[in-house]
Amino acid sequence: MSILKIDGVTKRYANHTALDNVSFDIPQGCIFGLLGPNGAGKTSLIRIITQITGADSGEIYFKGEKLRPSHIKDMGYLPEERGLYKKMKVGEQLLYLAQLKGLTKDEAIARIKEWVARFEIKEWLNKNIEDLSKGMQQKVQFMATVMHEPSLIILDEPFSGFDPINANLIKDEILRLRDNGATIIFSTHRMESVEELCDNIALINRSRKVLDGPVREIKDTYKTDTYQVIGNGHLLITSPDFEVLEQHDNHGVFRASIRLLDGASPNDLLRYLIQRVEVHSFVELVPSINDIFIRKVKETYHA
Amino acid sequence: MHKIWLIIQREYLTRVRKKSFIIMTFLTPLLLAAFMVIPAWLATFSDSDDVVMVLDESGIFADKLESKEDLKIIPIAASSVEQAKAAYQETDYTALLHIPKLDLDNPEGIRLYSKRNISLQVKFRLENMMEKEIESQRFMASGIDREMLNKMKANVTMTTVSLSDRGERDSNVWVTSGAGIIGAVIIYFFIFLYGVQIMRGVIEEKTNRIVEVMISSVKPFQLMMGKIVGIAGVGLTQFLLWVVLSAIVVSGVQAAFDIKPAPTPIEQMQAGRDLATGEEPAQTEETSQADTLSEVSSAIANLNFPLLLGSFLFYFLGGYLLYGSLFGAIGAAVDNETDTQQFMFPITIPLIISFIMSYTVVIKNPDGPVAFWMSIIPFTSPIVMMVRIPFGVPASELLLSMGLLVLGFIFTTWIASRIYRVGILMYGKKINYKELSKWLFYRV
Repeated sequence: MSILKIDGVTKRYANHTALDNVSFDIPQGCIFGLLGPNGAGKTSLIRIITQITGADSGEIYFKGEKLRPSHIKDMGYLPEERGLYKKMKVGEQLLYLAQLKGLTKDEAIARIKEWVARFEIKEWLNKNIEDLSKGMQQKVQFMATVMHEPSLIILDEPFSGFDPINANLIKDEILRLRDNGATIIFSTHRMESVEELCDNIALINRSRKVLDGPVREIKDTYKTDTYQVIGNGHLLITSPDFEVLEQHDNHGVFRASIRLLDGASPNDLLRYLIQRVEVHSFVELVPSINDIFIRKVKETYHA
Repeated sequence: MHKIWLIIQREYLTRVRKKSFIIMTFLTPLLLAAFMVIPAWLATFSDSDDVVMVLDESGIFADKLESKEDLKIIPIAASSVEQAKAAYQETDYTALLHIPKLDLDNPEGIRLYSKRNISLQVKFRLENMMEKEIESQRFMASGIDREMLNKMKANVTMTTVSLSDRGERDSNVWVTSGAGIIGAVIIYFFIFLYGVQIMRGVIEEKTNRIVEVMISSVKPFQLMMGKIVGIAGVGLTQFLLWVVLSAIVVSGVQAAFDIKPAPTPIEQMQAGRDLATGEEPAQTEETSQADTLSEVSSAIANLNFPLLLGSFLFYFLGGYLLYGSLFGAIGAAVDNETDTQQFMFPITIPLIISFIMSYTVVIKNPDGPVAFWMSIIPFTSPIVMMVRIPFGVPASELLLSMGLLVLGFIFTTWIASRIYRVGILMYGKKINYKELSKWLFYRV
């Protein structure tokens, strides 16, 4: 079942179109990557989902219902431009933001205690935001985004500004939230940063959706049946079933990219190689989302 | 509604707890008390000290120059001015008054010697005393005595009475104008001080980039109205505290030091005149002062307080809301405070004009065409109408003005909310009026 169904959404501004008839589904309980270069229309789409702005045409369905204001409290949104009230204490700020999301004061206080214990930041609660380091502020902001336990969490460029340790901490939290049943949307232009985390993706370029679906399927579709082989010996492929795309020899050690041609299986290639050389490594060259994106964009332009 | 309430609370509490708010709130009454008390306190030092030696060679004044509580007259017998001067040099008295032999018809040659600069008051009082005495002597010479003269003195004070459909009432132009002007001044300052706070608050949210987080939880309109109402609460709290604290501090200080508030210049002049007459103040004068006082208090009592207070609150809130939303819109349209100038201008102009017109044109002619139109137009009515109300405004005009103010408030809030919702998400763009007017019709 899909938690969010985006159906033909179009958004125009005075002199450009931000979204042009974009449709895709976001399945419940997955980590969804909303990917595309800067200015592709990701933030416009997120602002429509979070009801900051409205679409010119098209509909969005949240859990099967047309989007309406009461859905907002079931969403958490971390904007790309992070910000908090600088002169407000961490505890008060979290309480305020949680209450605005519809929690009662008691619920909010209980949640804050829980999160503070998890992030081990009890001593910050009475500090002003402006006295915290940037990384700490980001943690507070992340807490504020997810504290009301929304079923849809939207994170715009989630890892920018985090050091590697905190980025890992946040990653673990995101996975935990997903395991608890939340759906997470990552929006980023740095596709490689979220590739490993995402179950599903949608690629957007120049206000149009280019491609969407489960990562596994997309990769299967776009895989090139190419394998990287490293080994000892003198490699010379003569079989018509295989095509060598690239080969380097260095003091008897070779490294080669080999593509399977019609009907050949990886095992056929392996068998063929074993008879001739000593194989140390045999890896499928899977295209990265970035590669797929570039290929797909090229296709759309040439078509 | 619950969310707006939360926003109002935050806007209110964060401001009320600020150090600057607390300092301003407590310092202002203290300063006020200081301004009232210090001059009075200083005055107590200098007043009782004046001692004047008098060498009267004419013999006219004999013992007619009497010592007063704060002006001592010490007659001396010296054979010459030089001797008197020498005697004076050895004292630390205020001055030496030398009256040579005088011709009553042409009293010349009177000199006042002093080591320090002498105060005008002392000089006037001495002159006054001598004039009175010479006058008396002249009257005597022409056969009129003082008693008869007092009988002949006339003193006219007029009581102004306002004739209206509610019957005659004592009125006092000063009280009536004062009541209106005070109300207008408070409204004027309130709009300015707290309107700018709204603007700053919006700019702060924009530069802190909290605004996108906020409007993913609440509507921009709720955020804007919450801020406007919250800051109104801050302002009301501050004014209320000022009134209460000033009253406490001033009366406390007065009680502790037993000081009367510093007299106003007019009172000082009167006091000087009374003292200077040298004789028991004329009965008539005292009664006339009592008359004025009772007239003022009866005029105050005759002001229609429920109406005055009711309309004050109405125009106070109406004016603040009308301008407050515009200040909020300016905050949303710009990135930082330095860019606000061009937009502030058209907002502040009607405010300043209505303030200036209030105490020039309107107060002189509260029923004239300028007063009428300015009290009807919503942008100027909160200030101008407050000045007019104590003079009596027909109910129909008042209702028209109030109705238009409500419409005006709805109109500016509509404009402001349109600018606001676009502006708060707009960064790094220099905005002009053309751009702003486009925002009004954006579909968001």
